[in-house]
Amino acid sequence: MPSIAKETLSAKLPQVDCEWSEFRDQSRVKIAPSSLLQVLFCLRDQAGFNQLTDVTCVDHLEMAGATDRFELVYVLLNIDSGERVVVKTFLNEPDLKIQSATSVWFGADWLEREVYDMYGIEFEGHPNFKRLLLPEGFASFPLRKDYPQQGRGERHNFPVITRAES
Amino acid sequence: MPLELLEPTTSDASKREGLWTLNFGPQHPATHTTLRLVLQLDGETVVDAEPDIGFLHSGFEKLGESLDYNQYVTIVDRMNYISPLANEIAWHHSVEALLGIELTPRCKYIRTIFAELMRIHDHLLCLGACLLDLGGVTAFMYAFNEREYIYEICERASGQRFHTSYTRVGGLLYDVTDDWVAMVRKFVRNFPKAYNDFSGLVMKNRIFIERTRDVGVLSLEDAIAGGATGPVARASGVTRDLRIDEPYLAYEDFDFSICCAQAGDCYARFQVRMMEMLQSIKIIEQAIENLPSGPIFNEAFGKSGLPDKTDVYGSIEGLIHHFENIMPNRQADGPKDALYAATESPNGELGYYIVSDGSFRAYRARTRPPSLLHFSLFPRLIRGCMLSDVVAVLGSINIIAAELDR
Amino acid sequence: MASEVKKQVGDNVFLTKLDAAASWARANSLWPMPFATACCGIELMSASASRHDLSRFGSEVMRFSPRQCDLMIVAGRVVMKMLPVLQRIWLQMPEPKWCISMGACACSGGVFDTYAVVQGIDRFIPVDIYVPGCPPRPEQLIQSIIDLQAKIQSGGTYNAREFKLRDTPEGPQRFDEDELLRIRERNGLKLDSPKYDPVH
Repeated sequence: MPSIAKETLSAKLPQVDCEWSEFRDQSRVKIAPSSLLQVLFCLRDQAGFNQLTDVTCVDHLEMAGATDRFELVYVLLNIDSGERVVVKTFLNEPDLKIQSATSVWFGADWLEREVYDMYGIEFEGHPNFKRLLLPEGFASFPLRKDYPQQGRGERHNFPVITRAES
Repeated sequence: MPLELLEPTTSDASKREGLWTLNFGPQHPATHTTLRLVLQLDGETVVDAEPDIGFLHSGFEKLGESLDYNQYVTIVDRMNYISPLANEIAWHHSVEALLGIELTPRCKYIRTIFAELMRIHDHLLCLGACLLDLGGVTAFMYAFNEREYIYEICERASGQRFHTSYTRVGGLLYDVTDDWVAMVRKFVRNFPKAYNDFSGLVMKNRIFIERTRDVGVLSLEDAIAGGATGPVARASGVTRDLRIDEPYLAYEDFDFSICCAQAGDCYARFQVRMMEMLQSIKIIEQAIENLPSGPIFNEAFGKSGLPDKTDVYGSIEGLIHHFENIMPNRQADGPKDALYAATESPNGELGYYIVSDGSFRAYRARTRPPSLLHFSLFPRLIRGCMLSDVVAVLGSINIIAAELDR
Repeated sequence: MASEVKKQVGDNVFLTKLDAAASWARANSLWPMPFATACCGIELMSASASRHDLSRFGSEVMRFSPRQCDLMIVAGRVVMKMLPVLQRIWLQMPEPKWCISMGACACSGGVFDTYAVVQGIDRFIPVDIYVPGCPPRPEQLIQSIIDLQAKIQSGGTYNAREFKLRDTPEGPQRFDEDELLRIRERNGLKLDSPKYDPVH
């Protein structure tokens, strides 16, 4: 099946560096973080990808042979044709800031807040930027590979109530 | 200090005079387990709602990185806990898509039957619980009675009422027996009567219609841009169902239709769910009559499937095969790549983005939760409605806190 | 004399200790407050639905207001964001009150040995009965209510004196050995905000 996304991007945005690949019938494109918004707008308006399925992040710290640390993944869907495309960008410390996709699809709102919550990636231009799932005062980013699964004691840092006093 | 609860953020609405703030949850009968809403009200009309979630965030995705593909299915069960097998089917669908494993026809049919049974299971609870919140306790009892039969079917197949952990990479835990087939047939025969009882009590009920018609309207554009999928999107006019658009398992062999509505209000969402239950029964009936015989693990991908126990205890090849599958450093290797694959779970599009580093364990197992996107649409649905409509809208979008928070 | 009284009065009056009478009444009308967080909440709903009817045992109404209940059933995993809520609700319940910890996650953290899930609510809340299972069958929950009824009837007092004796924490220590090690490791790093800073 010809990929409308690939054709549209190469036609409308030829100056953007795109690295296309395919795996089990799913096409992925790797772009630079600075060109993220223009690629997403182009895909939405010219190629018809009207739904954002998911925004997520992968920490490549423990992956052998990885060059960049944080990989942001956007999974897009064209509801009318059923085509899917995966857009990826890479970020490295200490510069973990990127433009927010809420201006393209408002459904990205909570998905980006969750990525911040779990990985610490900051999204500029987000309407309500704060943690989503963890308590406000939580000091770490749990899904990073250097954070232990059992945590660092935050889960048990509460007062104990005995039966006599309650 | 741990005993403080969070303050709501200020929005434009709070600058208006005469508004008061009501905290709804996280412990409340109508919040389906742990959700919190901070409502800004003008009398009884909701002006703004800010959801606060995370009261059930258990670190599922972190666990996915330390358990292998067959162990993580026990955890994945516990996400959408009202239709557990649907999560397992979705997880193993993604894993098998990544590893490139093809299923046998018998396995596909059995998984399809379970997926549809779970769809009925989920919709019955969604409708029952929402009606309980709206005050119709009898409907809740009727719905739960039907669900008990589905629990019995799950128990006969896997040993557990729910959280069955029934699927494995490339197949299932146990094959099903003839009395299981008889139980499913009996369920299919008896379901229409229960459905008629339930729908006769609810769908033309004046009070129910008054409470759900034109309440919480989700427009088509908002549904698409907001990421809504499943019954919530189909009730607003989106005609997309992954069972037909991206067929998986055995759905291509069956004759059924997609249920859509146009109104986008709570009543439309209920109608879509009721109609989907009828379509599910139709699929189960076709599947159980044509259930193919044969193995449940594909011999071509033998390394990923467990052999039959009689072979394990009776032959050296079976024992070695079993050893190769269970021992952590000897399991099947996966491709060093990433894939997103989704199925049509009862709540919407449940997908997993799995990144593999070549071993039999996910490097990153991301769940795409339908409930998260639906709940983020909630403030749009509730603006302008009354306080008592909050309950109806929350019930109709079927938020499951464990899937929401993971 | 006693037999004369008995003949006159018959079955209309029975003599007993005040403690036993109060315990009998309380045991047979335990109104649960379902603190249902996750999957065990669904089994709790099944236990009160028509097939395994919990109201046969006195738990006729599931009141969601803590002021009107005497039994808190914690069904499901409790995460660190929810624990203050749990404690606040426990403190709001009036005496006498009991707590059932339903399911593996409430008893000990269950399958979730992660940074967010409290490994057993008995570290922070006094628990009377534990129900194992993931999730426990409704019959197990009913058995636990029967056990609690037996416990109340055997040791209950009318003015709830038996609770004042339980003045030490009954569950495991707040922090486990390996957790303390990780906290000490963590202290080498600078933290941004002290709110959820682990104890030194």
